[in-house]
Amino acid sequence: MAGASQRLTARPAGVQAGASVRMWHRLGIAAALAGAAVLPFAVSGYRVYQFSQVLIYAMALLGLNLLTGYNGQISLGHGAFFAIGGYTTAILVVKLGVPYWATIPVAGIVCFVAGFLFGFPALRLGGIYLALATFALALATPQLLKFKAVDEWTGGVQGLLLSKPKAPFGLPLTRDQWLYFVCLACTALLFWAAANLVRGRIGRAMVAIREHPVAAEAMGIDIAFYKTMTFGVSALYTGIAGALSGMVAGVVAPDSFGFFLSLSFLVGIVVGGLASIWGVIAGALFIELVPIYADQIADLLGESAKALPWAIYGVLLIGLMYMMPTGAAGAVRAVVRRLGRLTAGSKSG
Amino acid sequence: MVAFLHQVFSGLAMGAVYASLALALVVIYQATHHVNFAQGEMAMFSTYIAWDLIDRGVPYWEAFLLTIAISFLIGMVIERVVIRPFERAPALTVVIVFIGLLVIFNSLAGWRYSYTIKSFESPFPDEPWFGNSFMSSHESGTVVVTLAMLALVYIFFRFTKLGLAMRAAALNPTSSRLVGIRVGWMLAIGWGLAAAIGAIAGMMAAPIVYLDPNMMGGILLFSLAGALLGGIDNPWGAVLGGFIVGVLENVAGAYLVGTEIKLSVALIIIVGVLVAKPSGLFGRRIAARV
Repeated sequence: MAGASQRLTARPAGVQAGASVRMWHRLGIAAALAGAAVLPFAVSGYRVYQFSQVLIYAMALLGLNLLTGYNGQISLGHGAFFAIGGYTTAILVVKLGVPYWATIPVAGIVCFVAGFLFGFPALRLGGIYLALATFALALATPQLLKFKAVDEWTGGVQGLLLSKPKAPFGLPLTRDQWLYFVCLACTALLFWAAANLVRGRIGRAMVAIREHPVAAEAMGIDIAFYKTMTFGVSALYTGIAGALSGMVAGVVAPDSFGFFLSLSFLVGIVVGGLASIWGVIAGALFIELVPIYADQIADLLGESAKALPWAIYGVLLIGLMYMMPTGAAGAVRAVVRRLGRLTAGSKSG
Repeated sequence: MVAFLHQVFSGLAMGAVYASLALALVVIYQATHHVNFAQGEMAMFSTYIAWDLIDRGVPYWEAFLLTIAISFLIGMVIERVVIRPFERAPALTVVIVFIGLLVIFNSLAGWRYSYTIKSFESPFPDEPWFGNSFMSSHESGTVVVTLAMLALVYIFFRFTKLGLAMRAAALNPTSSRLVGIRVGWMLAIGWGLAAAIGAIAGMMAAPIVYLDPNMMGGILLFSLAGALLGGIDNPWGAVLGGFIVGVLENVAGAYLVGTEIKLSVALIIIVGVLVAKPSGLFGRRIAARV
């Protein structure tokens, strides 16, 4: 009898838990946004710049995660789209005098088209072949940006310098603070869109294609359409991040868009958790902060430890794949589930 | 015309390097259907081992053989320790693990040997051989060493029991296991072999491109292009592809695009081959069963 009654009460408790989880979810987002909004007033100028970078990485990682995590198309070359976004903004601002804010959507659209077009050959390339092609893309990008025939526009090896925009409407913000809020607004918008995208019909189609393309096709999903569109949208996200990165850093230069940038993105989504929207924030914090702290440790150990952050990256990549393939998001989910079971157990008991 | 021939012949030398590395990629691909992105960095690390040995006063050819042996062991250990747990993992996971290896070797080399560029001695004399005015002796030596290595690899796979067992394990692991072949060890030996072949590629490339931890990035890309062009499941195709890509790269670099954007040639070849003829020139078409 005791067992049966427990089973009866367990049910409503579970439903309640579902509702409260959603409530906590909303509260969490609100608190995070509020925290993010106060942050630039609480820390120094350099930290504001760093957190802008974190937001930028979060957007870029979100783009990559839509493609690789949700849709299962491996990209080792998303640094290229980041570069296209950054250069679109820089060229529009420096060479054509377009206002800053207007360049962000343009960069997004340019990258969407570039990604969509790259998505076509990608259609024919499953798994590792796509990894190969994008690997080549990542390695070739800095060389292409330095190419003599286009250096009138791209500024060659030096790249292009941008001056950071002033806060409009006489707002009492420093330039870094203003850019931080621009990044925050873009991040919030893109996250909201992505969360809705993956929750709905399109998101399910993306995951279905990842899990079993043949079954997905049999269920009437247009694989070519979804794959190329996902590539385009993914590039759009990363391109917008690149555009903002050009503004925040005040410079775009070929060698900052090399293979190791694409690699950082991959590290970011693996650390944050593949196919996770919120995990990419953890990933972004990781790829922004770990190299900095590793550098400080390296300084203590001496000059030859310059390679240390990358060694850490490498070990982490393999270690995470081995022990925690779901990344930070998966770990949090597991903890929440266990806590939920504990509280449910104590209530019914 | 003479200048053109000069480009073609020095392209052959780099082509030999690409061919070796492409062969290393194919050896692993045939057995596991994985493309080892860390192959180039492993070769780079082997080259540093050779440099270290020579620096300690070991004569060149002894250092050469010793490096091959050490690389073989390193390759085997990596397969046993790092790759083994991911035997049944999805493609993405394996790619990430390879990228992890790539980064680890790159930073290990930077840490141990610093990022400053070193020169690496060539074992061949300064004067070109037989009055060959198109290739330096190192360039012709590279081609000779590569061809000798190819012959050895062919003899190993064709005429030895171990080679046969390895081919069997790659072709049909389940049946091989039933007839008593230790498939896991065959994979490990395959990795060792690939690492050893890569070491030769690295030691032959280093006098041309100089020794630094990032020396192999471009070389790996061209080798991949070569392997894909020839067909990544066909060793001879991959070797031929490597040579073709070497010549193409040099000629295109000299006459078409300039040396600054050579890597884009590799990108175009890779994407072009994959889109137009994914099985490569000599590869088998694969019909997957679902």
